[in-house]
Amino acid sequence: MMTERKTEQIVKFALYAIILAIFVWAYFTGAFQFILDHPGDLLYLTGQHLELIGISSALAICTAVPLGILVTRPKFKKFDWIVLNFANIGQTVPSLAILALVMSYFGLGFQTAVFALWFNSLLPILRNTVAGIDNVNPLIIEAGKGMGMTSKQIFFKVELPNAMYAIMAGIRTSVVINVGTAALAFLIGAGGLGDLIFTGISLFDTGIMLSGAVPVIILAIVIDKILSLIEKALIPRGLRRTPEYS
Amino acid sequence: MIEFENVTKVYESGNKKVTAVNDVSFHVEEGKICVFLGPSGCGKTTLLRMVNRLIPITKGTIKVNGKDVNNTDAIELRRSIGYVIQHNGLFPNMTIEENISVVPKLLGWEETKIKKRYDELMEMMGLDPEQFQKRYPYELSGGQQQRIGIARALAADPPVMLMDEPFGALDPVIREHLQNEFLKIQKEMKKTILFVSHDIDEAIKLGDQVAIFNAGKLMQFDTPDRILSHPKNDFVRDFVGEDRSLKRLSLLKVKDLVELIDGFVEGRNKSDWSGQVISVNDNLRTALSVMLSEPNGEAGVADEENNLLGVLHVSDFSLLNGVHPEDLTIVK
Repeated sequence: MMTERKTEQIVKFALYAIILAIFVWAYFTGAFQFILDHPGDLLYLTGQHLELIGISSALAICTAVPLGILVTRPKFKKFDWIVLNFANIGQTVPSLAILALVMSYFGLGFQTAVFALWFNSLLPILRNTVAGIDNVNPLIIEAGKGMGMTSKQIFFKVELPNAMYAIMAGIRTSVVINVGTAALAFLIGAGGLGDLIFTGISLFDTGIMLSGAVPVIILAIVIDKILSLIEKALIPRGLRRTPEYS
Repeated sequence: MIEFENVTKVYESGNKKVTAVNDVSFHVEEGKICVFLGPSGCGKTTLLRMVNRLIPITKGTIKVNGKDVNNTDAIELRRSIGYVIQHNGLFPNMTIEENISVVPKLLGWEETKIKKRYDELMEMMGLDPEQFQKRYPYELSGGQQQRIGIARALAADPPVMLMDEPFGALDPVIREHLQNEFLKIQKEMKKTILFVSHDIDEAIKLGDQVAIFNAGKLMQFDTPDRILSHPKNDFVRDFVGEDRSLKRLSLLKVKDLVELIDGFVEGRNKSDWSGQVISVNDNLRTALSVMLSEPNGEAGVADEENNLLGVLHVSDFSLLNGVHPEDLTIVK
């Protein structure tokens, strides 16, 4: 157990070291010259990028979690295949294709990008919410019922806390994927860090391209870390059994 | 206290009808443990779960304390009945204290009263309240978890308890230990308990009354002794096993046999006795086992203070013909 954790930490450390080394190398070959010359651009585009992710992910969480909860309720159980299939399509259709499709109806711009990103983010959250709640041990629900909890109390005190781990995992996956996908928003005129990446590609300028790509990577890592901290706060301590948490 | 009147449960799926419980009637008195015994699928758990309305009753009535359960609000009814299930059903997201406090909280007790009750219950279960307060179910052993499960069911001091194979998932040593503790606690609490089991030995040990079921029908409802000595039909005879006479011996104490022998204390005292010694408080099954391991089929009997009273011989067991525990001191 101990050695396993040690190896894990060594691997983690090595990966960070490699990423750092690449950054250093890129810096000395002058790849970041564009960033140094135009810090204002970068800041503006990062802000736009965050706005895209923030709004679309927040909307996705606000729709997918309640929807997932709804289809696990006995009354709506029979509709869960419709909802899951709908979300499945949202995930299976390539993000670029969604952009193209949505664009032909909503036109270019910010709302279109947010809509496409929202649609693309639904499935991981929805599927994990449904799976998390469905997989709560039926014995403890039975115990709650037998003790005289109302169905509302069973949901909030038993089902939801015990499904939290799966729900949070879905949110994390979805948001991190969203950080990368949001780079495509530039293609329909919604800005974001994709602006630099695609400009760099068309101009064949590694410097401009990297100044878009590197911040996207850093954003993904930082957001994932923040979400893991939120996860720690939200998941009941009794459910964390890995030594990492204790 | 708990009356079953012509209780029937029919499950319908499509055009197939399955009768899980078939016209069952009996009456469990206040303060007694009634064990529902039978093979799996005999309807014993279904019947138990109809008492707190986890399963709706198809026909007939169940009355708890004179009140028809169907005329009581289901939520209120369940809060007034303790419920323990096989795999303890503790909530993994809650601490031990939170688990035990669930029903008192539902009933809106005051914080201080809940805390006091928690301490009380943990003491009763032989667990340190301080030590376990902030711990989570996964940090406890199976036996400890089951104790917490029982404590949780007792939290609001319900007069009636439903227990669905509470000791079924434990290893034999822990199970016996918990059974003994459970009997000790019950001696003080005097709850009316319905206890589901598939283990005849457990039923004999814990039950004041035993209800044996097969295929949804009540085969026999009687005291453990009557079930062992007078099985009503072939099913009961087979279920309790060919060794039912031996099992009956576990209901009697050595004391009971010694009292039947005239002049045991004066006449049978072999002062040079060097074989194994049994206590007057051992049950006769254990005593017989000890005697059979001795070359002459004899064993010394000692009283509570460990003084040798006399020597018992295997042939003395013939005096037990026609003797029932009700007529004597009951081993409980």
